Amino acid sequence: MTALVLEQALNGLQFGVMLFLLAAGLTLVFGIMNLVNLAHGSLYMVGAYLWVAGMQWTGSYLLGVLIALAGTLVVGMVVEVVALRTLYERDHLDQVLATFGLILFFNELIAILWGRSALYAALPGWLRGHIDLFGGAVYPVYRAAVIAVGLAVAGALWYVVARTRLGMLIRAGASNRTMVAALGVNIRLLYTIVFGFGAALAGLAGLMAGPIYAVQPGMGELILIQVFVVIVIGGIGSIRGAFLGALIVGMVDTMGRAFLKPMLGTVVSPTVADAAGPAIASMLIYLLMAVVLAVRPEGLLPARGS
Amino acid sequence: MRIAFRALFFALAAASLAAGPAVAQQKLKIGFITTLSGPQGVIGEHMKNSVELALDHLNRKVGGLETEVIYGDDQFKPDVGKQVADEMLKRHQVDFVAGIIWSNVMMAVSPTVTGAGKIMVGTNAGPSPLAGAQCNPLHINVSWQNDQTPEAMGKYMQDSGVNDVYIMAPNYQAGKDMLTGFKRYYKGRIVDEVYTKLGQADYQAEISQLRARNPKAVFVFYPGGMGIQFLRQYDQAGLRGQIPLYSVYTVDEITLPAVKAAAAGQWETRYWSPDLNTPANHRYVADYRRKYDKWPVFYGAQSYDGIMLIDSAVRATKGNLKDTKALVLAMRKADFQSLRGKFAFNTNNHPIQNFYLLRAVEDKASGEVVMKIQKTVFEAHKDAYYSECKMPW
Repeated sequence: MTALVLEQALNGLQFGVMLFLLAAGLTLVFGIMNLVNLAHGSLYMVGAYLWVAGMQWTGSYLLGVLIALAGTLVVGMVVEVVALRTLYERDHLDQVLATFGLILFFNELIAILWGRSALYAALPGWLRGHIDLFGGAVYPVYRAAVIAVGLAVAGALWYVVARTRLGMLIRAGASNRTMVAALGVNIRLLYTIVFGFGAALAGLAGLMAGPIYAVQPGMGELILIQVFVVIVIGGIGSIRGAFLGALIVGMVDTMGRAFLKPMLGTVVSPTVADAAGPAIASMLIYLLMAVVLAVRPEGLLPARGS
Repeated sequence: MRIAFRALFFALAAASLAAGPAVAQQKLKIGFITTLSGPQGVIGEHMKNSVELALDHLNRKVGGLETEVIYGDDQFKPDVGKQVADEMLKRHQVDFVAGIIWSNVMMAVSPTVTGAGKIMVGTNAGPSPLAGAQCNPLHINVSWQNDQTPEAMGKYMQDSGVNDVYIMAPNYQAGKDMLTGFKRYYKGRIVDEVYTKLGQADYQAEISQLRARNPKAVFVFYPGGMGIQFLRQYDQAGLRGQIPLYSVYTVDEITLPAVKAAAAGQWETRYWSPDLNTPANHRYVADYRRKYDKWPVFYGAQSYDGIMLIDSAVRATKGNLKDTKALVLAMRKADFQSLRGKFAFNTNNHPIQNFYLLRAVEDKASGEVVMKIQKTVFEAHKDAYYSECKMPW
């Protein structure tokens, strides 16, 4: 039983870091540019497709990764310059409409370029197989690698935001954009860079999701809803909040799916538990969000100064 | 005044009657509704391709008549499907509506079509109400009733004495129907019955639970993208070689190119397969591969059959499209070269047909993973609901 709980905790952590990679970019864009970007999931999809295409083209997993990261960075910057710049001063409803349009645009573009069928994506030999944990539990190597990369990126992101000049500008831009612009910082360029890096983080999540999930048009929308939950729980615009929120959502969702039905079964009759367990498990993160909104509407770790 | 009106009315009626058949005989219109956009659009693409291939094989003349097929996209939404059907019936004045992938869309579209006095030819979804209590003479299903396929798998696993089965499906109506159909014929021990969220991407948590329970076999229903994710993750968790995986509607010619070796060894049941040995099927598979450069899938085979069924009925009634009763009676004979071979319609307008056990195996010549028929599980299998259908024959 302990081995199973440990295994599920790792599953929750892995899901959490994946959500974090998406949430980090989305929350930065929202916090700094005040932009609701529904098309963030499309960048995740673009990352997955570029990785598959890069891998097929070069025959190398790592080159595919590089192509996907560079590609989503460029795609993100282009989208920011071409489509989103005009939206910063508009209200959120206009932004939602425009970025929803981008979702449709990207889904159809991908369908035209690669077709609607899901793509084949295999792992290189060194990422296959599994690790033996204590107590007979086993864990796939690839999922362990996702956790490691996710945590490393979280650490690097903390360092950049908290300890570098770029990070200082980002934080300053989040608290008072007019003042930063008045001090002579090229805020437009800063926005483009931030959006590009947010896109690259989404691309990283997408390329890591590629071998596990189905690489197909529309793959970004499913996960994006959970990412929004993460941001609301963590506090909008806050990277630390996104990290905490992602881990909480990952854990709660995984543990709920794994243990809620058996736990309910000890309290109520098995038939009721069978019916209610899966239903409640799939609602759990939304219930959590509702509770957080009621108790701490600003989120668990809100961005400072906002 | 009154007499004058009546005279005018009769004159108009007579004129329209006289003009009616002559106009109708010129052109046959079929409305084909499927999902053409979004991630599920890939299924609709195969169905549309197969309809086009059927038209090619008929020299673009269904039942010997000039034919126009109007395609409609239901966007995977029942309300949109109904709107599209309404438009086809009112604006395009179609003679038949065919297609429909999803049971929930079918439940909205079929009453619209049959209510307008037109014939609905279902080429995929077979929800139980339309096979049972809510059956309708004008609703005819050329594919299968939903429960039949999992019933075949339940029967096979029961017959081969597999015990301690772990069963999983998405938590929605079709998922529950599939597991119910499975349990109708499988009477062995079930370790656990797990429902996951519809559209779920990650199954690692469920796979960890599954492994901890150590079942002897796993039976799942994960259509489309869910199947791809589940198979990949099952394989990556190292369970592929350990616990045999049985499924329905999870591995097909659409998902195989995305999973390849991760599906090798998978068991499925189905009424049709590309390697089914009938002359019509040889021609269909060869021409489909030549024209579209991919393997056909059962969704397409059914749609091809749907057009051929309409063709047989229009021929039998000599192109009299107004006589829906005669058309339905002709369709019930199933007098056409079905890709699955000879089959009959039951009293609820649903097929009585064979079901086969298939396995995903590597084709020695091409190195591709393909589905191959292993054995016949059911011969002339009837669905479980026809006795509830009270319509007169």
